[in-house]
Amino acid sequence: MPKIKLADSTVQTIREICKKYDNKEGELINVLHNVQEKLGYLPAEVQEVIALELNMSVAKVYGVVTFYSFFTMIPQGEYPISICMGTACYVRGAEQVLNEFKRQLKVEVGQTTPDGRFSLSCLRCVGACGLAPVVMVGDKVFGRVAPQQVKDIIAEYHEGCPHEAKSA
Amino acid sequence: MEIINLTIDNKPVVVKKGTTVLEAATSIGIHIPTLCYMKLEDLNIENRPGGCRVCVVEVKGRRNLAPACCTEATEGMEVNTHSIRAINARRTVMELILSDHPADCLVCPKSGNCDLQNMAHRMGIREIHYKGEQSSYRKDTSPAIIRDIDKCIMCRRCEMMCNEVQTVGVLSAINRGFNSVVAPAFEMNLDHSVCTYCGQCVAVCPTGALTEVDETGAVIRALSDPSKTVIVQTAPAVRAALGEEFGMEAGTLVTGKLVAALRRLGFDYVFDTDFAADLTIMEEGAELLNRLTRHLQGDPNVKLPILTSCCPAWVKFFEHQFPDLKDVPSTARSPQQMFGSIAKSYFAQQLGVRREDLVVVSIMPCVAKKYERGRDEFSVNNNPDVDYAITTRELAALIKISNIEFRALPNEEFDKPLGESTGAGVIFGTTGGVIEAAVRTAYEVYTGKELPRIDFHELRGMEGLRHATIDFNGLPLNIGIAHGLGNARRLLEDVRSGKSRFHAIEIMSCPGGCIGGGGQPYHHGNSEILVKRQQAIYREDSNKTIRKSHENPYIKKLYAEFLGAPLSEKSHHLLHTEYFDRTK
Ligand code: SF4
Ligand code: SF4
Ligand code: SF4
Ligand code: FES
Repeated sequence: MPKIKLADSTVQTIREICKKYDNKEGELINVLHNVQEKLGYLPAEVQEVIALELNMSVAKVYGVVTFYSFFTMIPQGEYPISICMGTACYVRGAEQVLNEFKRQLKVEVGQTTPDGRFSLSCLRCVGACGLAPVVMVGDKVFGRVAPQQVKDIIAEYHEGCPHEAKSA
Repeated sequence: MEIINLTIDNKPVVVKKGTTVLEAATSIGIHIPTLCYMKLEDLNIENRPGGCRVCVVEVKGRRNLAPACCTEATEGMEVNTHSIRAINARRTVMELILSDHPADCLVCPKSGNCDLQNMAHRMGIREIHYKGEQSSYRKDTSPAIIRDIDKCIMCRRCEMMCNEVQTVGVLSAINRGFNSVVAPAFEMNLDHSVCTYCGQCVAVCPTGALTEVDETGAVIRALSDPSKTVIVQTAPAVRAALGEEFGMEAGTLVTGKLVAALRRLGFDYVFDTDFAADLTIMEEGAELLNRLTRHLQGDPNVKLPILTSCCPAWVKFFEHQFPDLKDVPSTARSPQQMFGSIAKSYFAQQLGVRREDLVVVSIMPCVAKKYERGRDEFSVNNNPDVDYAITTRELAALIKISNIEFRALPNEEFDKPLGESTGAGVIFGTTGGVIEAAVRTAYEVYTGKELPRIDFHELRGMEGLRHATIDFNGLPLNIGIAHGLGNARRLLEDVRSGKSRFHAIEIMSCPGGCIGGGGQPYHHGNSEILVKRQQAIYREDSNKTIRKSHENPYIKKLYAEFLGAPLSEKSHHLLHTEYFDRTK
């Protein structure tokens, strides 16, 4: 695993978050949530700092990170794409939309394209059921998305997407 | 004490409140199948995640079947362990566990000793009605342990050993659902982790997911190479356990048969690690007295307590976890390494063979010894002092491969000179033994008087942490003993904070000491086996004519002819070592 060197300020941020939770092992999930919110993801080096601060083994931290699907160890893409998998979206075809994103971007859920532009994730209900199925790219919401529109959404963020260029 | 009456399979049983249905059943000879559950009674070690559900039984009046291992017996309870519902449910659970298990039993290193295989056999599983996807994790091979976690059934026994008992924290459950297994952080190799190679995870794993690195092939090749002189040393704890592999009662001493078997395997000289244990006492004892004397003279730089250093897992533990204390333990090498060092210098000279042509094999109760023998500082010009270290289990396999009828072997004697040992050397195999051996010698050297008694019962036992004060002619010597690295950690924290009142501390990584080592015949959760092995070790000690290391005639000879005196320059060079900060 290639090691990344965390900036001192990042380490400081993590420490502060841990401190906010009294450096308690029992608060691990909250700490992870907060840190991921700040940094976007939880690479190994970040988990090591958290383990040290909460005085627990890094294996346990990693165990929790891999148990919950909302934690990720991969940096988010420049444009994080999230597909709502709530009941309403699901019954109106969210899965097909997701599969189309996977196909076009050639990544799985939880992964980021090699060029770092897009990452793919699933969400639980975002409360926009009237618009189902819902896709979010960053903060922007796309409603009533059909698989056929996926190409256009990607293109909007990525002029001359390499996969498209090939098939053209 | 509140008493509970219940019936199990129509048999009445009376138990204390708080007893589980499983324990109640066991007490009347009804053995409900279990997989994840494990209890080492005498060591206060328990794994009870309630995860596998193999132990389900029917309880009258309850809608759902109950897992016997985590259901408390209650007054008037009527339990049926073999109703058709219980049998079917148990089988379904078993079939589901087996549905994604790589069924390569024929070539699995655990075959014949596998709890999963035994359970499937016992339950009469003849068909698996579910076809599961198979996971495909990569195999992780370290210097001592192989992890093949496609075979992991998530009983989490290893996790409990590594975290709660050893407090090393390398292993943790990761991922979820079908993909969940127990692994190190980031699924890194054990080799890159802070693993101590204590092998306690291997000792409790019910399947072939965790096993030791197998060196038997290499030993067979060495034995068949006519250009090599191949010699062997056997650790103290091996003789108290090897018989179990051949169906003998736990606690049977098989020293004589062990020697005979090794001779038949073709070793040119059959020696004893106990000899090197006596040597360790000479060096470690001298170091203790040296530090003690300087301390009494008011030298502020002297480090006390002195900590024993014969357990390689313990050494690796403090190198990772307490690097700031790395000049506190004794610098004496372990008996395995002292043996290798002396064999390849003194003994090779005597034989007139080059060290490259002398192969040293160790038989050890331990998997960490495989790692230890590979440490850089224990080789000369890339030639290791110890070439191979095989476990008690691997030796049993070698004996079987070679068609030797172990039980029918005569008793034979070790060869001289490195096979002569004392009772002090033997007790290295159990918790408390190293420090008792050290006391026997240090007392006589320090006071110049003969010991009034040889047995120090106050140092013996199975409790995780023990202490005693021994009167050294007016000087009260405070001694601490810890086995299991979690217990060691507690004593170490006191040393770190300056609170420790001990002069000497013995530490062994494995619960029970080496008799409970990760390379010993599997105990399958029965700690009585360890107690019997411990008794056997003390029996062997009392059967010896010489019971103090400094009275071993061949040790005296070794110093007279070769080493000079304990802590001499030559001794330092050949018998001592240094430790490293592994946090960097
Ligand atoms: S060998 Fe010991 S330290 Fe290493 S993983 Fe197993 S239990 Fe943990
Ligand atoms: S590796 Fe072995 S001991 Fe550990 S959880 Fe898996 S099956 Fe159980
Ligand atoms: S206690 Fe003995 S068997 Fe266990 S790791 Fe230490 S030396 Fe090996
Ligand atoms: S043995 Fe009871 S749940 Fe596993």
